[in-house]
Amino acid sequence: MKIIFIAWKNCWQKAGATTLTLLLLSFGVGIISMMLLLENQLSEKFNKNIKDIDFVLGAKGSPLQLILANVYHIDAPTGNIKVSEAQRIIKNPTVKEAIPLAYGDNYEGWRIVGTTPRYAEFYEVKLREGKVFETPFEVTVGSYAAKELGLKLGQTFKSNHGLDKEGEQEEGHDQLFTVVGIYEASGTVIDRLILTPVESIWEVHNHGDHEASAHTAIVSAEEHDAEAAHADHTDHADEHVAEEKHDHAEDEHAHEEEREVTAYLLIKRLPMAPMILPQLVKNTNMQLALPAIEINRLNENFGIGMSVVKAVAILIMIISLLSVFISLYNALRERQYELAILRTLGGRRIQLFILILLEGFFMVALGLIIGLVLSRVGITLLSDMAKDSFHDEFNAMIFLPQEYYLVGITLGLGVVASLLPALRAFFMDISKTLSND
Amino acid sequence: MAIIQTSNLTYSFSKGPKLIFPSLQAEENSELLILGSSGTGKTTLLHLFAGLRKPTSGEVEVNGVKLSSLNGASLDRFRGKNIGVVFQTSHFVQSLSVIDNILLAPYFSNNKVSKIDAEKMLDRLNILSKKNKKTSTLSVGEQQRVAIARALLNNPSLILADEPTSALDDENAKEVLNLLREQTHALKAALLIVTHDNRLKDEVKQRIELTTSNR
Repeated sequence: MKIIFIAWKNCWQKAGATTLTLLLLSFGVGIISMMLLLENQLSEKFNKNIKDIDFVLGAKGSPLQLILANVYHIDAPTGNIKVSEAQRIIKNPTVKEAIPLAYGDNYEGWRIVGTTPRYAEFYEVKLREGKVFETPFEVTVGSYAAKELGLKLGQTFKSNHGLDKEGEQEEGHDQLFTVVGIYEASGTVIDRLILTPVESIWEVHNHGDHEASAHTAIVSAEEHDAEAAHADHTDHADEHVAEEKHDHAEDEHAHEEEREVTAYLLIKRLPMAPMILPQLVKNTNMQLALPAIEINRLNENFGIGMSVVKAVAILIMIISLLSVFISLYNALRERQYELAILRTLGGRRIQLFILILLEGFFMVALGLIIGLVLSRVGITLLSDMAKDSFHDEFNAMIFLPQEYYLVGITLGLGVVASLLPALRAFFMDISKTLSND
Repeated sequence: MAIIQTSNLTYSFSKGPKLIFPSLQAEENSELLILGSSGTGKTTLLHLFAGLRKPTSGEVEVNGVKLSSLNGASLDRFRGKNIGVVFQTSHFVQSLSVIDNILLAPYFSNNKVSKIDAEKMLDRLNILSKKNKKTSTLSVGEQQRVAIARALLNNPSLILADEPTSALDDENAKEVLNLLREQTHALKAALLIVTHDNRLKDEVKQRIELTTSNR
């Protein structure tokens, strides 16, 4: 028999009160821990993917949407821009590098992005097997996408229009994409993309009217249905225009002018780029968005929400610690005779003090453990949701340094909450207590 | 050598009368009944014997050790080892079973008593079948037996009982008294019973009567 055993038994003597305390504490701890895990992983994802991208050049619209769509690949693009028009900006001496991104198709809901090999190099993503795409309709697949889609080297597949798996099957293209390489896992967006030369995207849509392909390239969920309704109509138009296109095939220049991409990721060469480049996009239908600023803004808005949730969680924790205090204090009044008997049996003051502290400690420690487990369960569920909607996941099985603080502070406060009841047990006048019977 | 010996004990409450107690002495295998109506300081005297309260003047000596010479923790230990106390109403650690409750006595006094010894003690008191029950499920008589078992498990040389029978009916009262006597003889201890229960008067020969004139 040990004091620990008595303390443990005493915790469950008032099972109802203890359960309530545990419930409160584990929810408080769980929410805070979950917020910490989310914040940490989101900001890591955001920062890793921003890397050195200074600007994103794309079609007018919400700058945040432009960033989310083209840097993080989690929103619909704002539209397309003409390659010819973009030249003025990307060829500017203040720009060191411009990486094109062209959307338009997906495979089973995974985005196919037309770009250059520089895109993956920029994120320092290495090849796991095969080679980097070179010619149209060759694709190199991100590790996560390859795993989830079960794509292997040499495998071929047909793409679908738009960005959603639910895209119209009849709108699918006949061209077969061939997997020529698979990237290593990197923790960046590359992991969940299928990369192909920009030309693939252009050629896929070359079969049709350029206007139409431009449309489909920027298809957003709402436009899907309308597009489907017109499918028959455009099929006819396609044939017609295709012939026309063929006639003018030689006119390469005109063709070039029609070419479009969704966005360019720009890396600046000179520090004055932020002053010069915005002037250049004035009076065009393009915009220049700064990822760092947009993400800061997002973090701020997001941060307020997170802070509110955290504040509520802290409040719940304080209430739970108060409940630890109250339940110990109340129990003390009911149990004072019991404690006096322990003294009569030879128990020392310090042993009673430790007994009460341990009871508080057990409740808090148990609440902590349950809370930390709860947050992992929560993150796992959230990760499954993120997997469905963003093809991304969160790691629930990590332990953050901030969580050590959370554990330390909670245990500390737990001791503080049990201190007063424990001191009362320490200074109890046993003779008086026993006489009061 | 006397197991307990007191001399010139007085105790004064901060607000209240000064109690003056007669000196007494008890040997091995002796029984002493201390009678008195309420207000005569019976319980206070018992607490002085047990070292739960310090006398204003005078001295209590148990097994040749002056209680005043012991400080907090060592007094707790000494009490745990040498003195068994049975209280009027039996209080237990509610969360523990009968056997765990009586094992608290050797645990807190650092005595080596095995679980088998504890079971033997419960058997002697006829409550072995209840050993895994929570104390709150027992009858008052059964609870008093558990309290006796707890007080005796450390083989104390001095057994103090504070109104051990007043909550019990005639039959149970008699049985509890017999149990206390039996165990006192078995342990070669001294038994001091503090009570106002007149049923015990005729049972115990040696007795001291506390009256308010002691004030």
